Amino acid sequence: MILARVLGNVVATQKNSRYGDARIMLVQPINPDGTPRGASMLALDSVDAGEGDIVIVVQEGWSASTASTGEAGAAIDSAIVGVVDSIEQDDGEDKD
Amino acid sequence: MQLARVIGNVVSTVKNTTLEGRKLLVIQVLDGDLRQVGKPLVAIDSVGAGAGELVFWCRGKEASFPFEGSEVPTDCTIVGIVDSESHVKSIAT
Repeated sequence: MILARVLGNVVATQKNSRYGDARIMLVQPINPDGTPRGASMLALDSVDAGEGDIVIVVQEGWSASTASTGEAGAAIDSAIVGVVDSIEQDDGEDKD
Repeated sequence: MQLARVIGNVVSTVKNTTLEGRKLLVIQVLDGDLRQVGKPLVAIDSVGAGAGELVFWCRGKEASFPFEGSEVPTDCTIVGIVDSESHVKSIAT
């Protein structure tokens, strides 16, 4: 799973029917310190994430499909499965 | 899934039988600012996308799921057409 920041949602009327009512979110993958990493991508929302939220994105089809639509086997490769409250990271200076 | 622009189509006469009747399109992957990311890909269309449209596509094994019932060999399938390009631009800024 990766960390990402939610930029907003994308609206598509014409889409795979298995997507149902799940929202399609544009997310920017980030490093733990919040800096952007790589190109932004789309992920289906399963946790009511909002714009600006730091989220956890799973990039595996079965998990993404079941999390966002409740069923496996949809053409979904990424889903938001959690909203991050905080990230604690060792700063590397306390190493023995 | 990632955003992409349909930039062409591919004609193939000799192909796997499960690909018969499928529309093969050339897409350029884009980021949220609609800037190009990487090189163009060949994608199978599952939603009736056409030239110049802003779409999104699914990678990997999941790309064959829209064609359930026939085992279509694909790792890149267009699964949606974006309604509003200006909306995408506005949220990415």
